[in-house]
Amino acid sequence: MTALDPLRLTARAAKRLLVGGEISSAELAKVYLDQIAAVEARVRAYIRVTYDNAAKYSTKVDREMQAMRGPLAGLPIAIKDNMVTEGVTTTCASKILHDYMPVYTATAVRQVWDDHVVMLGKTNLDEFAMGSSTENSSYQTTRNPWDLATVPGGSSGGSAAAVAAGEALWALGSDTGGSIRQPAALCGIVGMKPTYGAVSRYGLIAFASSLDQIGPLTRSVYDCALLLQHIVGHDVNDATSITLPEPVALPDAQRLDGLRVGIPTEYLSAGIEPGVRARFDETIVRVEELGGRCTEISLPHTEYALPAYYIIAPAEASANLARYDGVRYGYRCADPVDLLDMYERTRGEGFGAEVKRRIMIGTYALSAGYYDAYYGRAQKVRTLVRRDFEQAFADVDLIASPTSPTVAFKAGSRTADPLSMYMCDICTIPVNLAGLPAISIPCGLSDGLPVGFQLIGPAFSENRILQTAHALEGAIGFAPAPTFQDSGAGAAATAQAGGQ
Amino acid sequence: MIGEDDVRYVAKLARLRLEQDEVARMTDELAKILAHIDKMSELDTADVRPTAHVLDVVNVTRPDKPRPGLSRVDALRNAPAVNDDCFRVPRMS
Repeated sequence: MTALDPLRLTARAAKRLLVGGEISSAELAKVYLDQIAAVEARVRAYIRVTYDNAAKYSTKVDREMQAMRGPLAGLPIAIKDNMVTEGVTTTCASKILHDYMPVYTATAVRQVWDDHVVMLGKTNLDEFAMGSSTENSSYQTTRNPWDLATVPGGSSGGSAAAVAAGEALWALGSDTGGSIRQPAALCGIVGMKPTYGAVSRYGLIAFASSLDQIGPLTRSVYDCALLLQHIVGHDVNDATSITLPEPVALPDAQRLDGLRVGIPTEYLSAGIEPGVRARFDETIVRVEELGGRCTEISLPHTEYALPAYYIIAPAEASANLARYDGVRYGYRCADPVDLLDMYERTRGEGFGAEVKRRIMIGTYALSAGYYDAYYGRAQKVRTLVRRDFEQAFADVDLIASPTSPTVAFKAGSRTADPLSMYMCDICTIPVNLAGLPAISIPCGLSDGLPVGFQLIGPAFSENRILQTAHALEGAIGFAPAPTFQDSGAGAAATAQAGGQ
Repeated sequence: MIGEDDVRYVAKLARLRLEQDEVARMTDELAKILAHIDKMSELDTADVRPTAHVLDVVNVTRPDKPRPGLSRVDALRNAPAVNDDCFRVPRMS
């Protein structure tokens, strides 16, 4: 067995080594378990590492290689802890589900399990996937392996940090307003939100059902396509799931001749850091060098997308989270005096601050007298946002933007102001409102931290997005790996010295 | 403008116990968030149809065939309190 670098190994390369007999599945799992042992105390990407499962199952794959030979067999994966896994505790990073033991498995997870992937563990997230920094977890704050003083983004921050830190070969996340793409961008990896309905939501703990979508976080665009191939498909258990009109293909494009790419001026207005803008502009030059044609376009209702989202998502959340009542599963408060006291205290004690905030906004927006002004209007604004995209896609094949207006920010720097946290997703939220597919790929560094480049396509254009991203990835040649430096360590020491 | 009484009322609707300091903080935060959301009122949406679903799918049905659901044992497995194979809850008052 040759020494493998978990910071650089792709699933495509790992599969080649497995098939060629150069490495066993057990050895491959050990590469990641060793890296977890080395860095997890600093990164804290996992809520639970399933050591026994990883060791036993990878050995089983090796032993039964003939029967288990499949495209993903023996490749280790991390799963965001909002997808239920039978027999493995699933917490959604909430105190209210702290010892919840699912009795069934999410369809997307079942699909990769049936392909004999090896599960390494369940990754951290913002509680109920509500947040953009993974600081809203009830358990731990995950740190960004590029700078441990900064956040990995969120809500799939655990999955993104695990892949970036070499603690997983690849991972599954979920994206309601940017929760796959933004952490992928901040951690320097690839993340994709498929078309709404392409991946079953059965067993994905519901946040905002009309927006939630599961997708891959990987180290390359090829890996992203490979994993996506194995999680898409109609599922009788999710009435909103659909079959993509064409199967997901593994990308091989080198050129982008004739591709028309639109750049929405609204996404490049105030709030984009200069370093992010510079990397974005350079990447647009790459698109043109590969034969693509870039034009400025307008998505005029962009500034209304965030307000609409912060009604629709909390409204759906307030309904979805009504099930946590201390009766059937999860936390129950101590010594309730009666039923109402149990409901109110269970929820008051079991939910964290951001979840409560969203339940309150949602309940308010749906309450008598406010429904038309808030929820009704937001659903109409959603139509206007969708129409903007439809009109744009009459003239362009794809839309490009920065994924996040900023690079990874310092832990604690936005937690006091919910609105400043919500602004993280200004370039990703409209995509969820319209149900469209989009990818984020790394396009360079700014101040030593990764910058993400987002490509948005019409519904069902997964293959066009993947081909384009693959060709661009080759042209960009993003090569750096995270350093696990901690820019806060010096500052903390200085502050302490100054205080004495 | 949302006030502390509104916050207490909405918390009651949501079955969410908030401590007094939470009520004060929540009132302040919700006021700021709703002020941002009120930006939507700049738009004339009178003739816009609301989006109920992003894709063109209608009336999705499946064959009306019985299939096994959760067993009683599995359904009760995570219950905080169980009595005679049922969920046990405190009395209503």
